[in-house]
Amino acid sequence: MSQTREDTSQQGHNSAINFQPQVTSALANSQLRGNFDKAMTGLMHKRSSAFADWDLDALRDLGQAIRQRALRQLPDLLEQLERQCQANGIQVHWARDGDEACRVITEICQQRQAKTVIKGKSMVTEEMELNTHLEQRGYSVLESDLGEYIVQMAKETPSHIIMPAIHKNTAEIADLMHTMTGVERREDAHYLTDQARQQLREKFMQADVGISGVNFAVADSGTLCLVENEGNGRLTTTTPPCHIAVTGIEKVVPSLTDIAPLLSLLTRSATGQSITTYVNMISRPRQPGEQDGPEAVHLVLVDNGRSDIYQDDELAQTLQCIRCGACMNHCPVYTRIGGHAYGTTYPGPIGQVLMPQLLGLEQTPDFASASSLCGSCGEVCPVRIPLPSLLLRLRREAVDGDKTRPSTVPGHGSKRSGLESLIWRFWRIVHRHPLLYRQSTRLASQLRALSPKRLGGWTRYRSAPKLAKTTLHSAMNARSGRQQP
Amino acid sequence: MSQPVLLYPSKPDKVYLFGTCLVDLFYPEAGLAGVDLLEREGIEVIYPQDQTCCGQPAYTSGRNDEARAVAQAQLNLFPGDWPVVVPSGSCAGMMRHHYPKLFEGTEDAEKARKLAARVWDLADFLVNVCQIKLTDTGEPVTIALHTSCSSRREMRVADSGPALLRQLNNVTLVEPAKVTECCGFGGSFAVRHADISGAMANDKVAALAQTGCDRFLSTDCGCLMNLTGVAEKQKTGLSGEHLLSFLWQRSQSNREV
Repeated sequence: MSQTREDTSQQGHNSAINFQPQVTSALANSQLRGNFDKAMTGLMHKRSSAFADWDLDALRDLGQAIRQRALRQLPDLLEQLERQCQANGIQVHWARDGDEACRVITEICQQRQAKTVIKGKSMVTEEMELNTHLEQRGYSVLESDLGEYIVQMAKETPSHIIMPAIHKNTAEIADLMHTMTGVERREDAHYLTDQARQQLREKFMQADVGISGVNFAVADSGTLCLVENEGNGRLTTTTPPCHIAVTGIEKVVPSLTDIAPLLSLLTRSATGQSITTYVNMISRPRQPGEQDGPEAVHLVLVDNGRSDIYQDDELAQTLQCIRCGACMNHCPVYTRIGGHAYGTTYPGPIGQVLMPQLLGLEQTPDFASASSLCGSCGEVCPVRIPLPSLLLRLRREAVDGDKTRPSTVPGHGSKRSGLESLIWRFWRIVHRHPLLYRQSTRLASQLRALSPKRLGGWTRYRSAPKLAKTTLHSAMNARSGRQQP
Repeated sequence: MSQPVLLYPSKPDKVYLFGTCLVDLFYPEAGLAGVDLLEREGIEVIYPQDQTCCGQPAYTSGRNDEARAVAQAQLNLFPGDWPVVVPSGSCAGMMRHHYPKLFEGTEDAEKARKLAARVWDLADFLVNVCQIKLTDTGEPVTIALHTSCSSRREMRVADSGPALLRQLNNVTLVEPAKVTECCGFGGSFAVRHADISGAMANDKVAALAQTGCDRFLSTDCGCLMNLTGVAEKQKTGLSGEHLLSFLWQRSQSNREV
């Protein structure tokens, strides 16, 4: 299964994400499942070896503390970041939503009379569909991260936030590159990477504007931190005369001392690396007398729903995310259906928590429930986002299920159905009345020969559960010799 | 932050058994085996007849109001200060870790917190509180163990199953590939997302079968119902049972050592 950019227009969604049919087709695609299984298994092993010599619980406590402290001071830190960046010569822009961010970036391109834009990897620009926006206005946009380059060539969207083309194996990439760029068809990752590098190298030199994401923005020094493995991030941010860095407003941290622990967690959690090949710390445009670097650097701070999430103490933990992708790599659901089945920018557990808050629960009706609550995501999250608890919170919001706690997420209550409410009311009555419970369970055991052999989705894969001859209540009652009422 | 560590109590004279609704209806022999094992350790087991369900099905469906109503009916059933042991990981996890959140801000908050702190997984209780010593009376057998995600990641007692089985001399314990991965049960998940759940369950049964085990065991009735259901539907010949049932059968003919 592949997903084209047109399929996933997220802003101004008029209809809900079509999760179930996408799941069905993903599960039927054995090639896709094999690709994900192999890749995710490898990533899990790499992560666990990378942390083997660390006190991981203590490091995760530190990561969580740093992110929570930063979020508590978020408004102040953002203003400090703006002041420091401006003092360093970086121009700062604020964007309320994706559309506004796209407009800001287009205006910068217009002012520079740019024609070609080269991009480093950035999930927030995927969120706002920046490429489509720029292309519609006549700019040529080229993704320079190898995975993004492949995905762009295939006219697809990323299926993973760190490894955008992880859904494809070498043979599929060889076919694609052969068809699209005319290189020899060879199933050789080194050869294909080398070809892509040669194709891209020239484009860096020609580009008028480089656009990148940001991993962490440091408030007290005005430094933009960007990690990558291919050198494309460094080329994107230094070769073109203008660099535009785009980030969600939650990525700010107080000071440079916060960066070391976060980087230790990020790269090990994401790819099992002690450190990425490149760590870029960008603090100013080219200064007089310097030979390299862009003459102009812009920072676009994008809200796009984050301030709304920030209002709720529990849900604000979503914003702790440092986008490592470990929750996806360890998710048994993601591993089986792949990233495209979710149909949103962010897939996997963090996507299941974040996207309903950004798009509304009515647009993402299956997201909170598509989890066995196995807890793997919460166990590996480097900043201890309680993902299973947040999924439970969203399930509760989806049905307005708690009178003592008002629902706040957009689209709350959209999954509350009269029939289900009736079933739960019945369930509640039976289980609140011990005598009724004992009588009905005993009756069920006695009539167990009549119990149904087909139970919807359950018996598609399993035989029906068999009621025991007697209940534990009866057995314990007989054992104690007491008379059951 | 990391979960607070609860200290194990010293071995008590009495415990309460919260049997759970799945054991009550589908696996009473597992509950009885738990009682037998505890009684052999000299512990009196009290089974309050008014217990029904911990409330988890409603809770994981977002129906906190219904979950709280049913959970509230359980809060008064354990008035003594004795531990409450539970023969299924996810129900133990519900009571230990989720009751305090469910009742937070209500008049039952204190009661829920106090009960939660007394809840133990039965297998873990046998190992770490009773310090049980088992003598194997069975024929040689190869066993694979599936530990539930709740036991592993919520109750953090994944080591108790192997600790018990390793005491049995004639049992060879084998580990399936991806041992920590979920079996795909997840309560309503298995019905709402039947195809994803089915794919996970199929993979887990295949991994168990690949070990060449004679039988598999689980510590959680949800997982057990899921996996035995798949194994039976696929006619793999692989059968499963609850860890506690197996332990009792293997060690019952020699009472006190």
